[in-house]
Amino acid sequence: MSLAETKSAVTQQLMESLQKQAPKIAFIPDAEIVSAIRQLEEKGIPNNKHEDYKYCNIEACIRREFKSVEQSFQSLGIEDIAAYKIDEAINLVVLNGAYSAELSEKVIAKGISIKSLNDISGKEKDLIASQAKSFSDSLIALNTVFCNNGLFFKVEKNNAIPMPVHIIYINNTDKPSLSNSRSFIHIETGSELTLIESFVNAGTGKVFSNYVSEKLLDENAKLTCYTFQNEGAASYSVHTNSVKVNRYANYSNTTLTLSGELVRNNHNVELAASNCEAHLNGLFLTKGTQLVDNHTLIDHQMPNCESNELYKGIASGKSSGTFNGKIFVRKDAQKTNAYQSSKNILLSDDATINTKPQLEIYADDVKCSHGTSTGKIDTDALFYLKARGIGEESARKLLLQAFAEEVIEKIEVESLKERILQLFEKTL
Amino acid sequence: MITIKNLHASVDGKEILRGINLEVKAGEVHAIMGPNGSGKSTLSSVLAGREDYEVTEGEVTFNGKNLLELSTEDRAREGLFLAFQYPIEIPGVSNINFLRTALNEIRHYHGQEEIPAKDFLALVKEKQKLVELDVKLTNRSVNEGFSGGEKKRNEIFQMAMLNPKLAILDETDSGLDIDALRIVAQGVNTLKSKENATILITHYQRLLDYIVPDYVHILYKGRIVKSGGKELALELEAKGYDEIKKEFEIAE
Ligand SMILES: Nc1ncnc2c1ncn2[C@@H]1O[C@H](COP(=O)(O)OP(=O)(O)O)[C@@H](O)[C@H]1O
Ligand SMILES: [Mg+2]
Repeated sequence: MSLAETKSAVTQQLMESLQKQAPKIAFIPDAEIVSAIRQLEEKGIPNNKHEDYKYCNIEACIRREFKSVEQSFQSLGIEDIAAYKIDEAINLVVLNGAYSAELSEKVIAKGISIKSLNDISGKEKDLIASQAKSFSDSLIALNTVFCNNGLFFKVEKNNAIPMPVHIIYINNTDKPSLSNSRSFIHIETGSELTLIESFVNAGTGKVFSNYVSEKLLDENAKLTCYTFQNEGAASYSVHTNSVKVNRYANYSNTTLTLSGELVRNNHNVELAASNCEAHLNGLFLTKGTQLVDNHTLIDHQMPNCESNELYKGIASGKSSGTFNGKIFVRKDAQKTNAYQSSKNILLSDDATINTKPQLEIYADDVKCSHGTSTGKIDTDALFYLKARGIGEESARKLLLQAFAEEVIEKIEVESLKERILQLFEKTL
Repeated sequence: MITIKNLHASVDGKEILRGINLEVKAGEVHAIMGPNGSGKSTLSSVLAGREDYEVTEGEVTFNGKNLLELSTEDRAREGLFLAFQYPIEIPGVSNINFLRTALNEIRHYHGQEEIPAKDFLALVKEKQKLVELDVKLTNRSVNEGFSGGEKKRNEIFQMAMLNPKLAILDETDSGLDIDALRIVAQGVNTLKSKENATILITHYQRLLDYIVPDYVHILYKGRIVKSGGKELALELEAKGYDEIKKEFEIAE
C-alpha cells in the first residue's frame, strides 16, 4: 500500500463512521461544505509529513486510538455540570458538540443574544465559516462537514457585560467517539466581554474533540478570553480559534492547558483593520506521554496594530510541547509592534520542547521581536531555597509556580485563578 | 558546635580545599580571612551542602551529627545558616512566602506546628526593624531588583527569622557602605548568644571593628595557615596579603 493510500484510508474510514449519524447542516453555506469535502479528500487528516503538524501527528493518533468510532454520546443532568461551573459567571453548556439550553443558566444581562446555530438568521448565517476556512486546514474541514448544533453568541452594540460568561464544552461518551463542536462569538461595536471557555470530558470513553470557534470583534470591541483545557487522560483534542479583530478593538486570550493526552491549539488572529491589538498568552504543563502543541498565527494586515505573545511550558516524563508562532506583517501594516516570547522548562531528559518563531515581514517601518528559551530548573535558586531549610520538592514547586506566575497573573477572574492555581499545584 | 577535620574538596577534579581543620564552640565568633581565590566561599558552600563540590577526604561533625551525610535542607533544619556572598534573585517567589515556607519546614522537622499567621507577621516586623529593611522589600520577590546592600541586609534578615545555631557569613561586609555595615554588624551582635556561634568570612579587617572575633584564621590556598586572636587581623591589615603569600609560598 502506498503512503497516499494509507492516508486517505484513515480519513475515509473516519468519514464513513461519522456519516452514519451526521445531521444535515443548514447553517454553513453549501459552497463551504463542498470545499471542506474536497480538502478532506485531497489532503486528508494531517500527519507529520505536513509541515504544520510535524510534531503532532493527528492521523497516527486517530489510527492508533480511534480504530472504531462509535459515537456513543450520553446525556448529562444539571447536577453533573455543577462542579465545572464558575460562581461569578453566567454558565453556558455545550454538550457533545451541541448547545444545551436546558443545562445553561438563564441570561439576565442586557445585550446578550444566545442561539443554537440551527436557529440563526440569514444575516448571521453569512458570518459562519467566513473566518475558519476549510481549505486552510483539514481539521476545520472535518468540523465543517460533521459539526452538530453549535452555539451562536452575540453581544449587541455598546454593551459592557458586567460579569464573565463561561462556556463549558463537555463531552460524555462511554466508547471511542469524535465530537465536532462549533461556536461563533460576535462582539459588536463598542461592546466588552470576558469569556471563559472550559473543556472537560465527563465520560469513560476516549474522545477526540475537534473544536472550531470563530470570534469576531467589531470596531472598539473588547474580548478577554480564558481557555481552560483540562480534559483528562482519555482526551485528544484540536482547538481552532479563528479570530478577526477590527479597528480599535482589543482581543486577548490566555490558554491554560493542564491535562489531555493530546492537545493541539491553532490560534489564528487576523488584525484586519488599523489600531487594533491582540494579546495571546499560554501556559502548559505536560507529564507522562502527553503532547501539547500551540500554533499561533498573527496576521498584521493594517497599520498601527500591536500584538503580544507569551507562552510558557513545563514538560516532564516523556511528554512534549511545541510552540510555533507565526507572525505576518503585510506590506500595508506599517508601524506594527509585534512581540513574541516562549519560555520553557524541561524537568526530565526524556521530555522535549520544540519552539519555532516564524516572522514574515513585508512592511519596513515595524518593531518586531521574538525570543525563546528552554532550560532546566535553576539549580542556583534551588540551592538557595534548600539552604534555608526548604525541602527539594517544595523548593521545586515554589520555582515552577514562580515560573508560571507571569502567565497565571493575567487571569483577572479571581475564582478561575484560584482554581487554576490549585490544579496547577496538584499537577506539579 | 562544629568540628572540621582534614577537609578536602574539589570541583571538576581540581582540589580547592586541601585539609581544613577548625573547631568552633557555642558562644564563639571566628573570623576566616584570606586573599581572593583562597577557598573561603568553597568552604562555606561545602558546609552548606552544595553538590558542585566533591568532598574527597575528611569529616565534619555538627552538633554530634555527621554533617556531610545530611542533605542541604536538613543541614539548614539542624541550624546551619549560610549568608551568601552573592545572594540569588528568584523572580516570582515572594520573600514572605519563601520565609514562611522555610520557617514552617524547619518547625515541621523538629515536630513543631506551623507558626500562626499572626505570630509570623509579628516576627517579620520585629526582625525587619533589626536590620532596617524596607517593608516594601519583604513583599517583593526574593532579592529581585535589590541593591547590593539590600541583598546583604536581606541575608541577615533571613538569619534573624530562622534563628540558626551556626551562622556562616560569607563576605557579608563586601560592597557595604559604613552605615549598612553598622546595621549588619548590629544585627549580628544582637543575635549572638551563648548557644549559637558565628563564622565571619571576610577579606577586610573593617568588619572586625564592629563584630569582635574570638579567633582569627588565615586561609590560603585551601588551608588554614595561621590562627590567632583578634590581633592577627590587625597584623594582617598592616602587612597586607602579599606578606602572607610570600611567607607561605615558601613553606608549601
Ligand atoms: N564551581 C567552581 N568551578 C570551578 N572553579 C571553582 C568553582 N568554585 C570555586 N572555584 C575556584 O576555586 C578557587 C577558590 O574560590 P573561592 O572559594 O570562591 O575563593 P574565595 O571565596 O576565597 O575568594 C578559585 O580558584 C576558584 O576559581
Ligand atoms: Mg568568596
